[in-house]
Amino acid sequence: MSDPTPGRMTYREACKQAIRDALNRDPNCFVMGEDVGLYGGCYAVTKGLLEEFGPDRIRDTPLAESVIAGAGIGAAIGGMRPIVEIMTCNFSLLALDQIVNNAATIPHMSGGQFAVPVVIRMATGGGRQLAAQHSHSLEGWYAHIPGIKVLAPGTVEDARYMLAAALDDPNPVLIFEHVVLYNEEGTLDPEVTAVDISSAKVRRPGSDLTILAYGGCLPKALEAAGQLAEAGIDAEVVDLRVLRPLDDATIFASVSRTRRCVIVDEGWRSGSLSAEIAARLADDLFFELDAPIRRVCTREVPIPYPAHLEEAALPQTADIVEAARALARPQ
Amino acid sequence: MSDFTMPSLGADMESGKLVEWLVKPGDTVSKGDIVAVVETHKGAIDVEIFEEATVSELCAGEGETVKVGGLLARLQTTGDASPPSAPPMPEATATEAESRAPKKSGPEAAAPRPAFQIERTGRKKVSPAARRLAAELGIDPESLTGTGIDGSVSFADVELARAGAPTPKAAAAPVRRGGFDPAEMRRAIAAAMTRSKREIPHYYLSNTVDMTASLGWLSRYNEGRPPTERMLAATLLLKATALALRKAPQLNGFWQDDAFRPAEGIHIGWAISLRGGGLVSPAIHDVDTLALPELMARLRDLVARARSGGLRSSELMDATITVTSLGERGADSVTGVIYPPQVAIIGFGRIRERPWVADGAVQPRQLIDVSLAADHRASDGHAGGRLLSTIETLLLEPDEL
Amino acid sequence: MTGKLKIDKEHGQHLFRQMLRIRRFESKAAELYQAQKIRGFLHLYDGEEAIAVGIMQALDERDAIVATYREHGHALARGIAMGPVMAEMYGKLEGCSRGRGGSMHIFDRDARFLGGNAIVAGGMPLAVGTALADRQLRPGAVTACFFGEGAAGEGEFHESMNLAALWRLPVLFVCENNLYAMGVPLEIAEADTQIVHKAQGYGIPGEQVDGMNPVAVEIAAQRAVESIREGNGPYFLECRTYRFRAHSMFDSQQYRTKEEVEQWKERDPLAHMQKWLIDARLMSQDELSEIEAEVDAEIEEAVAFAEAGTWEDVDDLERFVLMDEVPR
Repeated sequence: MSDPTPGRMTYREACKQAIRDALNRDPNCFVMGEDVGLYGGCYAVTKGLLEEFGPDRIRDTPLAESVIAGAGIGAAIGGMRPIVEIMTCNFSLLALDQIVNNAATIPHMSGGQFAVPVVIRMATGGGRQLAAQHSHSLEGWYAHIPGIKVLAPGTVEDARYMLAAALDDPNPVLIFEHVVLYNEEGTLDPEVTAVDISSAKVRRPGSDLTILAYGGCLPKALEAAGQLAEAGIDAEVVDLRVLRPLDDATIFASVSRTRRCVIVDEGWRSGSLSAEIAARLADDLFFELDAPIRRVCTREVPIPYPAHLEEAALPQTADIVEAARALARPQ
Repeated sequence: MSDFTMPSLGADMESGKLVEWLVKPGDTVSKGDIVAVVETHKGAIDVEIFEEATVSELCAGEGETVKVGGLLARLQTTGDASPPSAPPMPEATATEAESRAPKKSGPEAAAPRPAFQIERTGRKKVSPAARRLAAELGIDPESLTGTGIDGSVSFADVELARAGAPTPKAAAAPVRRGGFDPAEMRRAIAAAMTRSKREIPHYYLSNTVDMTASLGWLSRYNEGRPPTERMLAATLLLKATALALRKAPQLNGFWQDDAFRPAEGIHIGWAISLRGGGLVSPAIHDVDTLALPELMARLRDLVARARSGGLRSSELMDATITVTSLGERGADSVTGVIYPPQVAIIGFGRIRERPWVADGAVQPRQLIDVSLAADHRASDGHAGGRLLSTIETLLLEPDEL
Repeated sequence: MTGKLKIDKEHGQHLFRQMLRIRRFESKAAELYQAQKIRGFLHLYDGEEAIAVGIMQALDERDAIVATYREHGHALARGIAMGPVMAEMYGKLEGCSRGRGGSMHIFDRDARFLGGNAIVAGGMPLAVGTALADRQLRPGAVTACFFGEGAAGEGEFHESMNLAALWRLPVLFVCENNLYAMGVPLEIAEADTQIVHKAQGYGIPGEQVDGMNPVAVEIAAQRAVESIREGNGPYFLECRTYRFRAHSMFDSQQYRTKEEVEQWKERDPLAHMQKWLIDARLMSQDELSEIEAEVDAEIEEAVAFAEAGTWEDVDDLERFVLMDEVPR
């Protein structure tokens, strides 16, 4: 795991360093969740932190998502800065009441008397053959809810620095870490020590069309853009990063320049985040569009276990390339 | 049962108007039979059939515009035992990319694109951005040729129209058989040529060839023959080109899906300018195998039919390369624009007496400029140069043709 | 009255006055509801006043309260001014939650009053969280968490009790067992109708209390809060009570008999307290009349305050969906 390149690390290590930083920075910050302590985290993100910070800062909890989330919300109202870990976003459905009915409502419903500065991290997405109860991408659902912020770090840099920004934010912030990204490596730019949690980011400039992607699909989108470049198609890749509130300005700026857009979303197509973005483009950019908006989404099935079926269900690089080519090089 | 559908007679054809049925239910048809006449922006085309069958039902009426792939007739194919009422099976169009078997099964297996087809209203597809820009510029976007997705008029198409002269909406043009529209043809040419110049990296070569020997051979051949049987120089040019192409397969074929696909035969599209304006380049099949008198007869027939509107669908679809010659009243040289997805076009200028150095002295000779424009994705200059040099060698020894 | 608490005149009249404020406030609320001044769901607390009033005697300003959607009584007993509570029910900007929550969502930061939670048992995990924070930031502070017996059917009830017990958090769980979860009688909802048993299952000390007696509730609450403040972890009080009115304003009460309601009304905590104070010469008829007049005046003033209130500017509709900063 030790890499001689300075700043070179995995996404997982970046998540861990972010947590360590947060704990060192603020004595009121603590981690709570299932298996975050002795086990070291289901995806080993918090491995070693129990020894470093002790059981009051790295709190193993019973398997009780609702009270884990709810206690995090209550503690945040009470003045703490909890980092709640839910193992996977499928499990977060057991905490939906607390997230949607409490965290998202209390600031507004109380007339601004209470803020809920809680951070809830969870793993999302498929690609690890974990079948239909551990592989779904539900961040789009959460992005439906006013009152929370939804982040999807797709790069090592964002994994490293989004957490600090989330903890500084007075609102409930959900961070969706894609399971296939944990082992991805990247090199941190020593010049960068913080990132914002308000903007989308152009990861690859281009002029022929815009590919919007986030999280686990971001590397696929970038790979697709590389293949398209070989075919003479210059694709711009925009990393959404922040799924709520969406950074319309960056998205619109890109699409109004390229006039063509493919949206990649690991959520299911029906009622998805991609649908929302497509609708916004149709609403606000209709007269700038030069082609229909195309979407590459997960097929409408519970994610199956066998590798070939899972692969067929999830958005793949080839699907993105195909959709992009059809827009950029019509026959 | 099988369906007989509106054929695609070119990459730029979206639909055709059925002018006339030449068969009726109960008729037996064979491969190559002309079964219908279809009006397109390239004029009226005789549509061939490619199977042995009995016509069960004519599904499109005369005068009806049918989009490419739309049902024209149902056929009872030979040996077909299924009842005539059997529901038509959707055509499987598995490409290599799609053939990952697991991906196409189950009730939700529909590809990301919705399967429904919107009934075309005849309104041309214009992208929102293109429509807005066109309105700003005062251009009628529906008069433009669409190079965007699904043949839609794109922002770039409107910008192009702004840069050049915007194509005026077709006025009351003289109507040919079935309602041929010269403006429509102009748009089709514009689309093809624009696509060519945008997508194909052309390279250009040219050569000057001494035609004295060939013209001598021709005058000997034509001596004493009535005008209708006389042979034109074009025949020699075509035959020489065809024979030379046998040794240059990378110039005879198509660039499709990012790869060159060599053609099976040498079918030369002969560019014919039409009297009402416009251009078609129907194919003469297997030119390299035709004897010169047969080739001359084909050429004569082709030009006549092109100008009267009687081209066959296969002639419009099958050209593997194009040859253009501006003839006696044209220019000294012509450098062509490749007709996609072909990869080369050969241009012959007019034959003119010019000074030429032969045997160490300047002499008057009948010279012709031969040019090649070729797709650099498919071939390199070396191959092109060899082709031109072979053509020259053949024209210097017309007896070998 | 029972209990070992020494009730002097001042404290006795205080308890009575608090219960009377709630009773008459609720009566006014019902009237205003029918006059369409108050809309939405309106859940009245008549009959259960002894619990809120009794519990609040054991709490001080450092403590937090998490209540249910039947929480006007808790808010008033906690000391939130009647005007903003009434204005909240009107939906006015001057309401304690800017009118945004209405009857079911009373919040007051200064009183550490955290709602007004309309999801049964939904406030319980929250209370566990505030207790967790308090243990570090406000040692000695208690979170009093109110819920009905219907909450015992919810997973959040059990998750919360377990975690509070496991981490020995300073939570006072107060079950207001009024025997009906809306229209569902306890007998057809719970395998074990003794709710206090569930607390004992998590090792939480618990007692059943006569919820119709403010002194009994107060005595139990003092004992419980003292234990919690000493660091012994959560405490559970099951207060047996009865609501005299319907579940909410639109309820034909098919699920219970008039006779049953009448039987429970004979145990009316307000009437008993009044009789006891007068019998014990802790309150004279004149004092009673004076208290009643003061309460009526307070209510009149609260209604006037609400009537005079303003509507929040529609331009502020989205304000506080996301916060710009953590308040104070």
